[in-house]
Amino acid sequence: MLPTSVRRLLSALVVCASIASVAAPSAAELRIGVAADVTSIDPHFFNLFPNNNIAEHIFDKLVRMDPDSQMIPGLATSWKTIDPMTWEFKLRKGVKFHDGSELTADDVVFSINRVPNVPNSPGRFTAYTKAITKIDVVDPYTLHIHYATPYPLAPNDLSTIYIVSKKAGGTASTEDFNSGKAAIGSGPFKFVKYVNGDRVELARNDDYWGDKPAYDKVTFRIIKNEAARTAALLSGDVDAIEQPPTADLARLKADPKFTVTSKISHRVIYFNFDFLDRSSPFITGKDGKPLAKNPLLDLRVRRAMSKAINRKAIADRVMEGQAVPSGQLVSDHLFGFVPTLKADAFDPEGAKKLLAQAGYADGFNLTIHGPAGRYVNDEKIVQAVAQMLSRVGINCKVETSPMGPYSAHASKQEFSFHMVGWGASTGEASSPLRSLLATYDAAKGLGAVNWGRYSNPKVDYLIEQSLQQVDDDNRKVMLQRATQLAMDDLGLMPIHFQFTIWATKKGVQYVPRTDEYTLAFQFHAAK
Amino acid sequence: MLVYLIRRSLQSVVVLAVMSLIVFAGVYAVGNPIDILINPQADQAERQQAIEALGLDKPMWMQYFVFLRDAVHGDLGHSFVHSTSALGLIFERMPATLELALVAMAFAILLGIPLGLWAGLKPDSVSGRSIMAGSILGFSLPTFWVGLMLIMVFSVMLGWLPSNGRGTTVDLFGVPVSFLTIDGWRHLILPATNLALFNLALMIRLTRAGTREALLQDYVKFARAKGLSNTRVIGVHVLRNILIPIVTVIGLQFGSLIAFAIVTESVFAWPGMGKLLVDSINFLDRPVIVAYLLVIVSLFIVINLIVDLVYSSLDPRVRLTDSKS
Repeated sequence: MLPTSVRRLLSALVVCASIASVAAPSAAELRIGVAADVTSIDPHFFNLFPNNNIAEHIFDKLVRMDPDSQMIPGLATSWKTIDPMTWEFKLRKGVKFHDGSELTADDVVFSINRVPNVPNSPGRFTAYTKAITKIDVVDPYTLHIHYATPYPLAPNDLSTIYIVSKKAGGTASTEDFNSGKAAIGSGPFKFVKYVNGDRVELARNDDYWGDKPAYDKVTFRIIKNEAARTAALLSGDVDAIEQPPTADLARLKADPKFTVTSKISHRVIYFNFDFLDRSSPFITGKDGKPLAKNPLLDLRVRRAMSKAINRKAIADRVMEGQAVPSGQLVSDHLFGFVPTLKADAFDPEGAKKLLAQAGYADGFNLTIHGPAGRYVNDEKIVQAVAQMLSRVGINCKVETSPMGPYSAHASKQEFSFHMVGWGASTGEASSPLRSLLATYDAAKGLGAVNWGRYSNPKVDYLIEQSLQQVDDDNRKVMLQRATQLAMDDLGLMPIHFQFTIWATKKGVQYVPRTDEYTLAFQFHAAK
Repeated sequence: MLVYLIRRSLQSVVVLAVMSLIVFAGVYAVGNPIDILINPQADQAERQQAIEALGLDKPMWMQYFVFLRDAVHGDLGHSFVHSTSALGLIFERMPATLELALVAMAFAILLGIPLGLWAGLKPDSVSGRSIMAGSILGFSLPTFWVGLMLIMVFSVMLGWLPSNGRGTTVDLFGVPVSFLTIDGWRHLILPATNLALFNLALMIRLTRAGTREALLQDYVKFARAKGLSNTRVIGVHVLRNILIPIVTVIGLQFGSLIAFAIVTESVFAWPGMGKLLVDSINFLDRPVIVAYLLVIVSLFIVINLIVDLVYSSLDPRVRLTDSKS
């Protein structure tokens, strides 16, 4: 948000901070500075990261994700397929809601049925529930969930659905959740207060079935400006912050009063190519005239562009080490990762040769588009890529805009080459494959975010098969095969996985997470 | 007087209508909010559902018509992302901004007028020159930079004041206010100073210029010749005459303090309306953007009206019925 000069000045002044007095709050209270606004406490109203981040505390899910995005038992102690189209979930016994009532299968059914019916929702969770055809309550602790087709992703899908109390949420509106009246979950924290645009206050749930959180009172302060967020940590107004600006990291790390932790995120940063057979809107010849043919349709040109990019330099310099170069869509510990698939090595000479072979020895002019302020250092990454491409003869201009107008254009194929990010929130490779690389097909619901319109029937076949393959080993092979094929084609060009960063004051420790969540129950007093 | 008020009200309605159309068209042109709102994992059918649920599938003129129809009934629409009424959301945030703006304005007036008067009465003294030099800083330093510096010095280095946020609030006639608590004041001082700085400089310069001009006027010389005390000459004759431009500026600046406290609110994470506007623009939350700007326009209209009324009471030569603006 702020000009670089200000950030630099701020980071210079961070040094002065080491002499500052830091007020010590009571050990039992934790104040966390978060980067984005919470718009609602209703866990089914709006599938938005900051809202889910709060919901993670108040509500439980059948299946939870551990810090490495591996599924672990939540409210369900076990799950298995009875037949390929039916999943059985066994519920944990003796789980109490915050109002003291016991959680049973009826609450789960109620929650899943509530998802498509929240009024005025701008973004529902229906992507994760719509495949369900019927739910049978076998007994208060056993559920049979039926699907129309063999459905391997049931546990992954249900790891995103928050379970609310049927009693408290029965007729509750989103406003009732915001006021706290209906914000009754079974999670490790109870809802205390929500001040729109300012803070969310939570209190420890002492009857929680799992590990008890270390802090009995937690306040999430919403501080969107990254310089202000860092200042809040430095001045001791908060005990921890998420996403400190990368420019301040070196100083924060050098200061013994603070600890910086980071972890590779499930979010891949990548570029889309224009795959439409047309004169691409932002590509011209060196003479400035539009090219009759879209050069990006030629794999050699795409490969040349990928080879021209020094991913390591971007990770080291632009991202200050807070990224790892990538040649695929999910990072190494997620389901569907291809161990043999590496990012293209930096090879400008090879790139020039490939361009010459494709008939573009002189290169061409290209305008690269990117979002501003959506991903870590997004504008700088686009600029770095532009410079690297210019070095092999593709003269680049850069245009960035806020995500709103940007995505409106990008989703209508109005760009030639543009940057986006994707978080594999279900923790496996089918999430990016089906949305980003499957052929755009509204009837099948595939390729919804395939903004470049890449299309390969073999990849489509593998993706569709994998979505119905209940056997995990087979499914993994299919996902890996689809990834390999799409990356051989450069259906899109991955750059890196970004890291999520947290900074805490000394004495507070965070267990960093792949899914980027900042969870109060993963903060502990440092040993 | 009554005719004047009626005419002004009618003009205001026209201004509001034109304004709403411009903003509506502008936000519409920026793009479809669904692309940022919806979960990326959603498929095409869900996208279409969400678009229809928010009424975004209708042509723009129809959306505007629906908006106007509801607006006439006092409903400016529901926020896409908060699921509450846009006006409710703005009024929920308004006390924080008003409080900040009022305190900032009070700082500016209570410090600016005496300092300006001093500088005007003793233009060649060291103190007078220093005040003027200081006021140049107030004009020229960018707000966000000053804000960050205030945080660095008073919160991070000295640790005297909190770096951000609003302090403990208590309800005053049902409105949460923080200026009645000590914690509230501790949180108010830095952002209010930050916001006041530009206006403080403006007050100083206006008062000084006015004072110097007034001192040369015949009526001041006459008052002195009559043997009136210095206090009375300055306090009544000089001050009252220079107040007219100052009141205008206070009025206009108060409007812009409220409307454009955005920078200060974002640097100090102050939960006011300005921050709401920025967030809403990021989400392309059109109902909130339109409602916010309509509220601000109304605010300016009311403030201008008050300024005109105060004017006529300060200067009997100003006749309200003469005004055609």
